[in-house]
Amino acid sequence: MINYVYQLAAPKIFSIKYEEFPFEEEVIVKPRYMSVCHADQRYYTGQRQREVLDRKLPMALIHECCGQVLSDRTGTYKPGQRVVMIPNVPGERNGVIMENYARGAQFLSSGRDGFMREYVGLPAERLISCGELPEKLAAVTEFVSVAAHSIHRMKMLSHMQRARIGVWGDGSLAFVVANLLKKEFPHSKILVVGKNVGKLSYFSFADETWPREDLPEELRVDHAFECCGGDGSYYAIDDIIRCINPQGTVMLMGVSENKVAVNTRDVLEKGLTIVGSSRSGREDFERAMEYLEDIRFQRRLELILHEDAKVSSIEDIHRVFQTDLNTPFKTVFEWGL
Amino acid sequence: MIFGGILAGGTGTRMNLADMPKQFLELGNKPMVIHTLEKFLLCPEIDQVYLGVHPNWVLHMEDLTEKYIHVRKECVHIVEGGKDRNATIMNIVEAIERDYGEREDHYIVTHDSVRPFVTSRILKDNIEAVKKYQACDTVIPATDTIVVSEDGESISEIPVRDRMYQGQTPQSFQICLLKELYASLGEEEKAILTDACKMAVVQNHKVSLVKGEPSNLKITTVSDYKIAQAMVGGEEID
Repeated sequence: MINYVYQLAAPKIFSIKYEEFPFEEEVIVKPRYMSVCHADQRYYTGQRQREVLDRKLPMALIHECCGQVLSDRTGTYKPGQRVVMIPNVPGERNGVIMENYARGAQFLSSGRDGFMREYVGLPAERLISCGELPEKLAAVTEFVSVAAHSIHRMKMLSHMQRARIGVWGDGSLAFVVANLLKKEFPHSKILVVGKNVGKLSYFSFADETWPREDLPEELRVDHAFECCGGDGSYYAIDDIIRCINPQGTVMLMGVSENKVAVNTRDVLEKGLTIVGSSRSGREDFERAMEYLEDIRFQRRLELILHEDAKVSSIEDIHRVFQTDLNTPFKTVFEWGL
Repeated sequence: MIFGGILAGGTGTRMNLADMPKQFLELGNKPMVIHTLEKFLLCPEIDQVYLGVHPNWVLHMEDLTEKYIHVRKECVHIVEGGKDRNATIMNIVEAIERDYGEREDHYIVTHDSVRPFVTSRILKDNIEAVKKYQACDTVIPATDTIVVSEDGESISEIPVRDRMYQGQTPQSFQICLLKELYASLGEEEKAILTDACKMAVVQNHKVSLVKGEPSNLKITTVSDYKIAQAMVGGEEID
């Protein structure tokens, strides 16, 4: 079969790769719903460095996706069953290093084709059943799993004083992290610090929300999650180092194209633990699926999902990326190609 | 039920590439007809797929299916083709009704075996359209100006290009309607009306349009074949 792979050839230019479908993979999946990540948007708009674009493109974008199983020769999944696809391609496995950090690990839509394809072939182990979860929500499982991964690591690494946990950022990632923190630490106060008052107003479940400019001098947190990325990383990390209590844990989650200056004097003085957290593994997808089964979480999540019209042509792909630039949170869409 | 009807009845090569009908030539690493068949088998809305193959090539097609098809092989049916395109379609229809009976909600998505670049979107759009209109044709807007000549020597008309489309396949029909249309033609008309949608049009039955793709090309000449091989990055056979 000739499979259509919709690749980004250069910023804002798509081309189709006609590829003989690799039937050797165990499971064949038809992508159904997708969600746009900032990482995709950075490729689409050409915000990545020239050298990175030259190396990685042409490449199909999108790593947040759910689909329908068409065939599975392992018998794990039935035809018609709905699944979420895991974009990690595991590297070395030694039982110590997590699959998303292991050497040799690869990621679909970063160096390998993402899910903007007509059909996708994957090993059965790279799929998670999503049962009756609405496809619009199932499409963002990967995104939720990234938050779940970070919280899981924070639980493993941080000390037990967790009265106040801060989240820096007012975007989609901060929204999901803060939601899950509220669920995981029901006795802790969850604070959210952002720069956009309008977006902060969506965080109605948080115990405190603070516009960054109004941050009180005496505000203190025991642990913190940085969910800003980009130019905001510097200010967020600086705020966190200033506000965090000694020996707190700082989870860094936002991607920044530029190197960020860090106040190491205070990091040392306070004995902080700074943890990089990126992507997720199969176990995190399973955790994410458990979170997504909670109806209350589903309803909150729906507040930040904008469903764009179905994609049935390359023009529609451009439309989705344009829509995503103009919506405050996340864009999901049905894949009709 | 929805049935795929893949037309692979031709025996001519027109290509001088090999002494083999073009649908059996390799595109990439597999015969063209296999690529087409696989696309139909991976469309979950299509319940069964019938291939109309020239009697001399039926065994060859069975061998190819056995060798290459690993998904829904039980849904593949090979039937002998007829003397022309419409006769092959009617042989497929006969086989479908023998296996699954005559029903008003039986539809057939007919397709050229030498159009392996058909997409799942085109197949789905055909199924949606045929359920609604009983007949549909896959087309793309004409990019070249169409020139009509009655005598083959001078232009008699240049139609407005915006209203011109190039016909591709699939062409899909409610099976009852297709039988009715075919039965009402005389032998002479059957010989002239080589296009199944034209049978409907000349009998004033509405045929809806489904958007095709320029890439859904029909591989009939050496140039087409070279273009297709280049598209999939395969080697040329000469």
